[in-house]
Amino acid sequence: MKIDRRCFLSLGIGAAAGTALSPLPWKLMDDASIWTQNWPWTPVPPDGEISYTDSTCTLCSGGCGITVRKIDDRVVKIEGRENHPVNNGGICVLGLSGTQLLYGPTRVKSPMKKINGTFQKITWNQALSEITEKLLTLRAEGRSHTVAAIAGSSRGTVSALLQRFLTAYGSPNFYCQSSIEDSFSLSHIQPQNNKTIPGFDLENADYVLSFGTGIIDGWGSPVRMIQASNAWKTKNLKLIQVEPRLSDTAARSDEWLPSKPGTEAILALGIAHVILQESLYDQAAIDYHSEGFVTWRTAVLGHYHPDKVAEITGIDAKTIFTVGREFGQAEKPVAICGRGKGNTPVSVAEMSAIHALNVLVGNVNKKGGVFTLPEPNYISWPEISFDTKAETSLQTKQIAEGGLLHRLPSAINEAEDSVTLLFVADANPCYTLTDTKEVIRAFKKIPFKVSFSSYMDETAKLSDLILPNHSYLERYEDVPVTSGLRNPVIGLTKPIVNPLFQTKHTGDVIISIARAMKGSIESSFPWKNYYQCLKNGLGQHWNPLLNNGVVEITYIPEFEEIPRFAFQIPNDKPQVLLEGNENKMDLTLIPSDSMRLSSGYIGAPPFMMKTIPDTILKDNNTLVQIHPKTAEKLELKQGCYAILKTPRDEKKVKIHLSQGIGEDIISFPRGLGHTAYDSYLAGKGINFNELIGPVEDPFSGLDVAWGIRASLIKA
Amino acid sequence: MTQEYRKEKKYGMVIDLDRCTGCGACMVACMAENNVPFRDNETDKLKSITWMRIYQLTNGKSYPNEEICYLPRPCMHCEGHNGHSPCVTVCPAVATDYDRETGIVSQIPTRCFGCRYCMAACPYHARYFNWWDPVWPEGMEKSLSPNVSPRMRGVVEKCSFCFHRYQLAYEKAASEDRRELRENEYQTSCTQACPAGAITFGDLINKNHAVYKIKKDPRAFRLLERLKTNPKIYYLSSREWVRRAGDNYHPEEETGKIKSHQ
Repeated sequence: MKIDRRCFLSLGIGAAAGTALSPLPWKLMDDASIWTQNWPWTPVPPDGEISYTDSTCTLCSGGCGITVRKIDDRVVKIEGRENHPVNNGGICVLGLSGTQLLYGPTRVKSPMKKINGTFQKITWNQALSEITEKLLTLRAEGRSHTVAAIAGSSRGTVSALLQRFLTAYGSPNFYCQSSIEDSFSLSHIQPQNNKTIPGFDLENADYVLSFGTGIIDGWGSPVRMIQASNAWKTKNLKLIQVEPRLSDTAARSDEWLPSKPGTEAILALGIAHVILQESLYDQAAIDYHSEGFVTWRTAVLGHYHPDKVAEITGIDAKTIFTVGREFGQAEKPVAICGRGKGNTPVSVAEMSAIHALNVLVGNVNKKGGVFTLPEPNYISWPEISFDTKAETSLQTKQIAEGGLLHRLPSAINEAEDSVTLLFVADANPCYTLTDTKEVIRAFKKIPFKVSFSSYMDETAKLSDLILPNHSYLERYEDVPVTSGLRNPVIGLTKPIVNPLFQTKHTGDVIISIARAMKGSIESSFPWKNYYQCLKNGLGQHWNPLLNNGVVEITYIPEFEEIPRFAFQIPNDKPQVLLEGNENKMDLTLIPSDSMRLSSGYIGAPPFMMKTIPDTILKDNNTLVQIHPKTAEKLELKQGCYAILKTPRDEKKVKIHLSQGIGEDIISFPRGLGHTAYDSYLAGKGINFNELIGPVEDPFSGLDVAWGIRASLIKA
Repeated sequence: MTQEYRKEKKYGMVIDLDRCTGCGACMVACMAENNVPFRDNETDKLKSITWMRIYQLTNGKSYPNEEICYLPRPCMHCEGHNGHSPCVTVCPAVATDYDRETGIVSQIPTRCFGCRYCMAACPYHARYFNWWDPVWPEGMEKSLSPNVSPRMRGVVEKCSFCFHRYQLAYEKAASEDRRELRENEYQTSCTQACPAGAITFGDLINKNHAVYKIKKDPRAFRLLERLKTNPKIYYLSSREWVRRAGDNYHPEEETGKIKSHQ
């Protein structure tokens, strides 16, 4: 048979049609897809016995109770613990992502020493003997006071052990981050040198006036606050939110007062003016709880008429009158402050102006009000013994004046060899401190840095020695929680799993270093190990804590013990001014906090990163929020790039237009821009702390910067 | 013992948008419970797999009258007309099905061959495609739950109302010789985690379950009811603009008057 063109074509078409109609290609495709889907790299999680263990979350200062679900010895899920005094079953995004921190690639797996710029594994014996030798040499040279430590919190046994070690060793240089509680304490006349902490009985309040407080954005103990805000929904409590930005809290409030940024204290004084003028205050309660009322009243009545306040704050006088009257007439009104998550202090003048409202209406130390509580000093250890060396070197001045952490970087940068050895525990100052560039410069100047971090965070990365702590799911530790709770609560973390890596409890490390130092330092640490030290230190609280996992410290102070509020005569400017030249930089940059972003020392795990909306982070760009009119003025458009300049730094950002912010204000998400951790977090966005620097409160010295002047130029 | 059949159930949810704070706990509770994978860049929200996703709604007014509302969106587990959910009807592989016993729209990844018809058919964008094989960094696969199989590249996945929790609860009940589950025995992971208590889960046709009553609240509405998908997620909002955002309204049309098939 001759194969001509016609025949060839018809055969070809016939073959194609025949193959297409036969099930063969479809069958092959199906088989191929099933085959590739069964390639072995999709893990098959092994089955096992399910068990649940209660513990406490330590990832923020909220101290929620958690219930950890395990399959055999694997942690597969963290859930909120039912009937826990803090969170009663609820849990937040960070708490839920805890398994990813435990098993994540950011864990430091063994002690590490930096040799020629890279980390190398060493043994615990090497690590401990190296650090002990260094400490002994410094002490012999009489330079004990150049050893410093930064801890994440001033509370809890681990922080206390570190401070105790420094004191016994002879260094006064122990630092913690200041918080809103410091501002509260300083606005009171101190009893017996103890700190005063606030307790808020918000569940029972009936009118809440919030000055920028991110009630559902992570302030206080976040889950408890969300629960409280829902209790208010059911009983028709009125929530007034004073804030320049439409935060989630503002969006949820009954009335949003979009005040000009930084004018909160003045608005509070305007509201106080209304209460005073219309005699809505409780004289008996004022006499009982405070001092200096009469002169303060004259000053407020003289200088803070709502008409004048309206001009400064941008809130009209009529609204100020209404809020003042409602607040004065409500049965259990509460005024709260602390911007956003409340991690940064406010000026004492601002705290006083706002807390004065609570004192005026007499809603202090009673149901539905604000409680002035003593710092829960629940740890009882034997006295520290000192030798003469320690006694002398303890007399030296603190490197950062007043013991304020934000002063430490500049003190180090200014004086040579002021710190020769630094310990960092439960903190990430190279990310969380403002003016980060300067902080890192100071950090690099310190000859020897020791980090106790469980994770490879910014600070650990820059350290010379890492002595990794167990993760919070692998250790015992007390978790003291104040965070605006009605009563302080002590929680306990328990080892849910055996330590996965060559890590060691920071408490044990401190004790073993102290014991190796011999002499009076050794005798100040009379415990075999951390567990014994914890058990002995907690005394009567230990057994209930071990059995229930949580202890509530209820304490009703006697009259003489109640710290009295000191009315502060407001000076001309109760506002904290912004850094920067108004003429060169006419915009105001403020941070924005969100429950879905962790801005503390723990970076956001991968799950959390998935929840961030693309209006905050797109690819690796941070989006800043501005009003369309601001954008128009600056010729910026939605989604375009711009250079954001502040007196401290400049960064390239993307623009997001929003009707939830006033003109000439830029809102910037806090919690992005990590340079350490894993590829899910590192390099994403910009760290707000790099753009801002400390601004000190003239009264207390606390860093009270709430924003900074800025400019935006089209890139 | 006489053979008893399980009573038909229609599991569903009522989400109170007045209570929701948009904190994201439901999203992560879902990811952790269901072994949802994650990637380096999750900012492309079309490709980011989130069985439960929170949308931000705004009322469109200008400063300072703007309002925000958060809307968590799991799979709606549409019943459609007599079990004809939009996705189920188009699936050529029977990888997704409407379970008449529980009212749950299932998704069986090993049956799915990735044609993504169901994604096109779903009016709620509740379905996600695995464009890549899931990768857990070394060691993190230890955190995976054996109750939910990790999915492979090339298949579609979505919210299952934590069906494995139903199975576990049912097994437990069966071992105690019970045929009916108590309301609190079967709750989804998001419901359990929500710190705001905004999510109520239960059997929509069981008079003793909380959802039965709450869904009749005058604030209640469902998304895109006009499409007659007959979803099993009800939302509550006291704000009219939010209820209107739940469907495509003609400006003159009255809120909540859409006739939908029950």
